[in-house]
Amino acid sequence: MKLLALLPFAALLGGCDFVVLAPAGDIAAQQRDLVVISTVLMLIIVLPVMALTIFFAWRYRQSNTQAPYEPDWDHSTQLELVIWSAPLLIIICLGALTWMGTHLLDPYRSLGRIAADKPIESKDAPLNVEVVALDWKWLFIYPDYGVAAVNELAAPVDRPIRFRITASSVMNSFYIPALAGQIYAMPGMETKLHAVANKPGTFRGFSANYSGAGFSGMHFEFKSLSNADFDKWIATAKASSNMLGRTDYLQLERPSENDPVRLYRSVDRDLYKAILNMCVEPGKMCMSEMMAIDAKGGLGREGFNNTLPLTYDKYARRGAPLGSEPTFVAGICSMDEIKDAPSREVTAPLDLTPLRGFGLKRPPFSPAHPSSTSLLLGQRPKSES
Amino acid sequence: MNPDLVKMIFGRLNLEALPLHEPILVGTFAVVATGGLALFAIVTYFRLWTYLWREWFTTVDHKRIGIMYMILGIVMLLRGFADALMMRLQQAIAFNGSDGYLPAHHYDQVFTAHGVIMIFFVAMPLVTGLMNYVVPLQIGARDVSFPFLNNFSFWMTVGGAVLVMMSLFVGEFARTGWLAYPPLSNIGYSPDVGVDYYIWGLQVAGVGTTLSGINLVCTIVKLRAPGMTMMKMPVFTWTSLCTNVLIVASFPVLTAVLALLSLDRYVGTNFFTNDFGGNPMMYVNLIWIWGHPEVYILVLPAFGIFSEVTATFSGKRLFGYTSMVYATVVITILSYLVWLHHFFTMGSGASVNSFFGITTMIISIPTGAKMFNWLFTMYRGRIRFELPMMWTVAFMLTFVIGGMTGVLLAVPPADFVLHNSLFLIAHFHNVIIGGVLFGLFAGINYWFPKAFGFRLDPFWGKLSFWFWVSGFYFAFMPLYVLGLMGVTRRLRVFDDPSLQIWFVIAAFGAFLILLGIGAMLMQFAVSILRREQLKDTTGDPWNARTLEWATSSPPPDYNFAFTPVVYDNDAWWDMKRRGYKRPLGGFKPIHMPSNTGTGIILAGFATVMGFALIWYIWWLAAVSFVALLAVAIGHTFNYHRDFHIPADEVVRTEDARTRVLAAGAQT
Repeated sequence: MKLLALLPFAALLGGCDFVVLAPAGDIAAQQRDLVVISTVLMLIIVLPVMALTIFFAWRYRQSNTQAPYEPDWDHSTQLELVIWSAPLLIIICLGALTWMGTHLLDPYRSLGRIAADKPIESKDAPLNVEVVALDWKWLFIYPDYGVAAVNELAAPVDRPIRFRITASSVMNSFYIPALAGQIYAMPGMETKLHAVANKPGTFRGFSANYSGAGFSGMHFEFKSLSNADFDKWIATAKASSNMLGRTDYLQLERPSENDPVRLYRSVDRDLYKAILNMCVEPGKMCMSEMMAIDAKGGLGREGFNNTLPLTYDKYARRGAPLGSEPTFVAGICSMDEIKDAPSREVTAPLDLTPLRGFGLKRPPFSPAHPSSTSLLLGQRPKSES
Repeated sequence: MNPDLVKMIFGRLNLEALPLHEPILVGTFAVVATGGLALFAIVTYFRLWTYLWREWFTTVDHKRIGIMYMILGIVMLLRGFADALMMRLQQAIAFNGSDGYLPAHHYDQVFTAHGVIMIFFVAMPLVTGLMNYVVPLQIGARDVSFPFLNNFSFWMTVGGAVLVMMSLFVGEFARTGWLAYPPLSNIGYSPDVGVDYYIWGLQVAGVGTTLSGINLVCTIVKLRAPGMTMMKMPVFTWTSLCTNVLIVASFPVLTAVLALLSLDRYVGTNFFTNDFGGNPMMYVNLIWIWGHPEVYILVLPAFGIFSEVTATFSGKRLFGYTSMVYATVVITILSYLVWLHHFFTMGSGASVNSFFGITTMIISIPTGAKMFNWLFTMYRGRIRFELPMMWTVAFMLTFVIGGMTGVLLAVPPADFVLHNSLFLIAHFHNVIIGGVLFGLFAGINYWFPKAFGFRLDPFWGKLSFWFWVSGFYFAFMPLYVLGLMGVTRRLRVFDDPSLQIWFVIAAFGAFLILLGIGAMLMQFAVSILRREQLKDTTGDPWNARTLEWATSSPPPDYNFAFTPVVYDNDAWWDMKRRGYKRPLGGFKPIHMPSNTGTGIILAGFATVMGFALIWYIWWLAAVSFVALLAVAIGHTFNYHRDFHIPADEVVRTEDARTRVLAAGAQT
């Protein structure tokens, strides 16, 4: 009955793009192989069970008085051995496969080959890409080239890519099905992914972890290009007029939906590091500094006082109703930073914006008041009500 | 009026919180309000309030509480399913530049509410309800260990459901996904009341679930009939024991992690924030340390139901009782060692991922053994394909597919390409619908005659069965396909038109399930109308095997006039075979617990407190908290907690049964 129901779909299946089963990158292809092998292994036991279920249900139906009936038969040591050991054997095979596959396809592991028939060569220096998941778009920084792009990722065919991935505010998952499996993009944390594309083409990449209102539009094109085309792409980026400094980034990271592709000819050198350590805003202590201080025993009691009132946090933060006003840890490392540090005048916390009722409009994500877009400390943004 | 004063009185509650701008919700509200008023009018017209209060709301009888749990679960199923339909419709039409009919603000609440309601307020009440009803009867007890606690637990569950339902019309629900991962669920990114509704709804209901878990563990450990050793307990009781052990051990984790999240949201701590050393990934770990056992909390009782049903309708002892019990216990223990498989993609490293992948696969061994045990119970049986058995066979065929895709997802590299995809959605609906829900439907059809004295109508039941089963395949097989095409979950709009046909098929499947639910409601209605034809006077309509079938249907308040003595794990089958005679005399007064309204009052205050905390109405929160404590302390001074059913009343009840049985034997 089930198989019959599925029949009409078989025709449909032909016209579909099973990107997970027919990827364009070696890592995804190996992951696909694991999917297929595991499925086949399990079918060894699943198919007989399904067949037996139907057969027993039919043969021992009440109206079939020909079939033997043994109401008190409830144990057989041999059968018990079989029913425990058969799944056990399958799981032993699958477990071994899992252990090897998980280690070989660990996203943190450098590639061992370009493709099944192509060993890696020393000239294949990996392409570094720094990925930042923003609300609700992707930023790709090419540190080797000093360029960056929003919502477009390009890489040459057969060249290993080394992704370093983080997020600006909430959790996302970086996933290009044609290239390799996904990995989470988390604020203040870095994940890594090694992959390589073996076929030229344009593929879909997206966030695979729900991250808020603009999530559906949070996808990008992954362009797998020949070396020459990739150089051309870099040249186009270099020719663009956009630059990505810290202030530009703070503007960029504000929530926006369905962003167009944007290329940047230059990027602040330390921008990715600052994003990862959550200290793009001037005056904020980087997490790496904080950890270095803590590793040496911390600042003691003084550490408690090294905070400044926060008049913003990203774009929406309001304090907890009963908590103290939000603060942040002030940077203390260099003289420059002290010079740049914001005035210590205490500013009032943001007004609680009136609660948005169910049917009311979502708050506008593009800045409604240009004057409130300045995210520099000390300036109190106007509330957007 | 002075705005500060208004804020003090109403917190952040104001008229804007009412969804007057949302036509869908205004319409829903109109329907719900009309229905509610009609119900209120009917109850008032027939002067049923006193009856309901005395006999149902304040009852401490495990049977009535069990039935109320089932009603709660079925009512909430309608809401949760309405959400599912809305999602399927949105995803089926949001193509080719169309934005669908739901804005993100609404759609994101719908999928969050669907998950929360289906797990916490449909599956949990239905499972708890069946355990509540059946377990004491199956072990030959008069009630659960703590009857008042049982009533209180039920009303706390209702309180949580009320809060979640209230979010539909006052304010909004969370837009975070059903597990509310921070940082998205933190005050910074979800400043509205949605996540607070989520937190307090689950906290209030969680108290009920935990207490009911403790109650049932005590009941099973302490109140078994003489002779019923652990290895003579019916399998459903065994699975209930394991489930409640899981509840007791895992729900406190949920309570704690939600408490930490609410501290972050209310007093500005930094457990799960991005800054100040907070770690959102800790939340993800903690919530899944509860969340994975939760899956087994739901499915183990279903396994128990299938064991009872297979043995009964095959007319045969359950094959491999001992290995069934050990398989259950092994699953119980292993369910604590697998939580990380829900986030292999967090980057925990290959060795950690392999460990959790392999422990997950190991669970499939006892589960597979169970499957074979049911198979060999059918082997050389005489299988009667009544509704419970039909659901069981459908389960066996469906669940193996879900199990297979589950093991597939446990292979970390495979999970990297399928995680969070519609393949995953298809997988867990495959095990939760194909396992838990089919099991519950088998259980409802199986035990309904015990609870009400008449069977459920088989025609509408079969109709419902076929709609549900075919609807399930139509709704979820396309999602497997879409997952392999790399489509992720929770998307609101699509731009690849080739995907649309699959979503349309899935929406058609959801429509079939709608017919299935409709047929099920018809089945209840028709059965009530035809109750005389469907009547069962024997108390044992299925020629079943366990103790609950030894008493009348519905059972008397005291369940058993004399506590039965057990010699076999199929106790009632064994009694029938040895020619058991009902005792006809020598009845004694029976000691019973008294009804009390304290449970519903306490839960009412808890719900009000939750509401006040959600809307920052601090004075109300304080008042209701103090009232909660006062009523709880006051109840300790209630000395009228028990009474005796006089012997002559027991005699009357038992004589009536004797006459009914004799009349049944003659015809």
